[in-house]
Amino acid sequence: MDVNNKIDINEILKDLEHYRPKRRGWTWRKPYYGKMDGYEYRQISEPLKNSIPLPAAHYFDNIDPQPDLVITSEIASGRFEDDIRRMRMAAWHGADHIMVIRTLGQSHIDGLMEGTPEGIGGIPITRKQLRATRKALDMIEEEVGRPINLHSYVSGVAGPEIAVLFAEEGVNGAHQDPQYNVLYRGINPVRSFVDAAVAKRIMAWANMLQIDGAHNANASARVSWKVMPELLVQHGINSLYSVKVGMKPENIALSTVPPTAAPTPTMRINLPYAVAVRELFKGYRFRAQMNTKYIESDLFDATRMHMIDAFITRLTGAHLQSTITPDEGRNVPWHINSIRGVETAKHALIALDGLTEYVKIDREKINEKVRELKMRAILMLEEIIEVGGYFEAVERGFFVDNGYYPERIGDGIKRKKDGEIAAGTVVPRDKDYMAPVCEHFGYNNLPSGIEKPCDLIGGCTLCKPEKIKYIDELDESDNVNLRLQKIEKDEIRPEVEWLNDGVVQIDMTFPTSPDLAEAAAIETAKKFGLTDINVIHKTVLHPAEGTYVEIKGRVPFSIKIKDIKLPEKIDQLPDEEIIDFFKRYPVSVVAGTVGNDEHSVGLREILDIKHGGIEKYGIKYIYLGTSVPVEKLIDAAVETNSVAVLASMIITHNDVHIHNMKKLNDLSIEKGVRDKLILVAGGTQITNDLAKSAGMDAGFGRGTHGADVASFLVRELRRRGYR
Amino acid sequence: MTRSDDFEERSAHLKNLSDEELDRRFWELVEQVVDPLVELARTHTSPSIERSVLLRMGFDSITAKNLVDKIFEQNLLGKGAGNVVYRFAKAKKMDYLDAGQLLVKEDHWDEVRSLFGVDKNGR
Repeated sequence: MDVNNKIDINEILKDLEHYRPKRRGWTWRKPYYGKMDGYEYRQISEPLKNSIPLPAAHYFDNIDPQPDLVITSEIASGRFEDDIRRMRMAAWHGADHIMVIRTLGQSHIDGLMEGTPEGIGGIPITRKQLRATRKALDMIEEEVGRPINLHSYVSGVAGPEIAVLFAEEGVNGAHQDPQYNVLYRGINPVRSFVDAAVAKRIMAWANMLQIDGAHNANASARVSWKVMPELLVQHGINSLYSVKVGMKPENIALSTVPPTAAPTPTMRINLPYAVAVRELFKGYRFRAQMNTKYIESDLFDATRMHMIDAFITRLTGAHLQSTITPDEGRNVPWHINSIRGVETAKHALIALDGLTEYVKIDREKINEKVRELKMRAILMLEEIIEVGGYFEAVERGFFVDNGYYPERIGDGIKRKKDGEIAAGTVVPRDKDYMAPVCEHFGYNNLPSGIEKPCDLIGGCTLCKPEKIKYIDELDESDNVNLRLQKIEKDEIRPEVEWLNDGVVQIDMTFPTSPDLAEAAAIETAKKFGLTDINVIHKTVLHPAEGTYVEIKGRVPFSIKIKDIKLPEKIDQLPDEEIIDFFKRYPVSVVAGTVGNDEHSVGLREILDIKHGGIEKYGIKYIYLGTSVPVEKLIDAAVETNSVAVLASMIITHNDVHIHNMKKLNDLSIEKGVRDKLILVAGGTQITNDLAKSAGMDAGFGRGTHGADVASFLVRELRRRGYR
Repeated sequence: MTRSDDFEERSAHLKNLSDEELDRRFWELVEQVVDPLVELARTHTSPSIERSVLLRMGFDSITAKNLVDKIFEQNLLGKGAGNVVYRFAKAKKMDYLDAGQLLVKEDHWDEVRSLFGVDKNGR
């Protein structure tokens, strides 16, 4: 796969019928003990071949240390061909656990879905979709240089079949928890548990990582910390049930979410819980999930919350850090927000590397709370047994009650043992019950004398994958081929979720009340020509003085790629050529930030040898500091007989940068030195065209390196006769 | 039901347990809850479980669903869907995948029942 080319969906679909996944089972990251840019880390894993580092990495030799924990990105576009692109983006930012959300309602479909129909809020999980996705991930993992785990859901009324499908297609992890079926999908409790045993055994064979469903109680409860005792009970039931049907504890991950968030005193509630769950479940794995319950439409607040969550991860330990896109509270996740979620996890985990060397939980202080949580869970288990067992407890609404157990509010979820979806479908296995396949949990009256059950049929699909039956498409009007035909090849539109979906977000602040601001935002968007306009977020700055509004809408046009003119890129000269030039012509330049501007970091990067600045090429510089008057820059250049002025300007308020560039030019002319001086402006908002129009010889914007400026100086000096 | 937080009284019998004893107690109780569920699963089956057997035998998902629907209707699910197809194929001396297709297309259920020695109610 070429880094500079988009992933080719047609190539992935080609010969899919015969594609087999490269491996089976879950992969953890490999620890890495080397230094990076001279820094020692305690909790990182092997670096990637290709990746996009955190924004500040360019100060540190562009290192991209990867935390020791597997990082999850949830993908839910509804079209697998767009999911695949999102997965590639997420992998480059450091995700190696891709959790594919299922389409609305799939858990109630009694059987497997096939083909590639479009989904709602997720994707229809089918053999073709999984195989294409796994094939794409097999390519993506080569590109980034790290195995990527594919994950989805073994739940609903087709759990065992989905488990078989996942095992056959190389899916590496899955949610499996019968309690999820019972409580949140309204599926018959007996059916859910009976199915789960068979599904789990197959998952165990495939060495998949299982994640449980306890975190959903957090999200469903009104005050989510109140279900903490029940969470321990739910984790316990699913974990032990899984072990008893053949799963290894190290393949069982507890899905644990810090239950509460600010404005509650978060740490004092979440921390004892995190300690209690890790103590009770020693030997199991921990999947730290970020809080979803308290995400509103504010992306920044979601991010703050998730940083605090990651702090708990580092303080108490986990094996897997799952991310929640900060926009989950307002829409199906957009590309950028999937990436932001991953970056939040990566940033936090790296920033907190080795934290517990210096910071420790006061075990004595916290113990009372930890014990109380365990006791509350034990009391709940006692009462479950007292009323007759799990099914009876569910009938009585024990779970997701908003009371802090043993307190009961009486609003728990109630499900009937012999009711709900798919009731009455479980039958006893007769004495002569038999299943001629491998990894089948439960009673199986196999004939004596056979080594493997599937010897009876000459091999099952787990032993002989060539026996797997592949179905391509079932719906002629809804499939990937039709969607691919509709793609505009020569035109592009902005997008947030699907290829060229045309959606843009615009942020604006109005000097008025929230209601008025919202209406004004919609009117503004209409005047922009957008369609399908929605207000997706508001922050009240003051009830009367100002409101910040974010809107989304669709642009009613596309851009022809051939009409796009790219600004001319000036090539850098080879280092040796620049060094050689300034050896022959040892010149100096003066530099400083202009006017009332104290931002010197960018300029120092251009100048200093340490950052690969122009000093490296033998250019002497006289640095005049920050907030230098324009006159002083010119006078200093004349006094020191310098050939150029490098003026940095970050502040753009009231176009002060344009004003200063013009002043630099005008004063040089006035003083009769314009022909002798090369005037160069730099800053985040400067472009070459803008600088030239304001009288400069060149302008450099964001992302400029010393080599760019040095190359320009060589070319300009040659033009002026230095040969 | 509703109940106010009576944790203090209710937990009196746990207060003197050590941390380790608390953890042990937790797991003993979980086991008491889980064991009957495991036994239930060991001795029962469902349409999805039987479809998973047919998938593992190499049937496509559509055939697996059709077959299990019919086997369920005929009260034969307790024999195992794979077993039904396997025994029928043996009796017919044909490939079991073809036998499965035949059972979807044609009515051979009296024959199947006699193979297992049961009546229409599966007894």
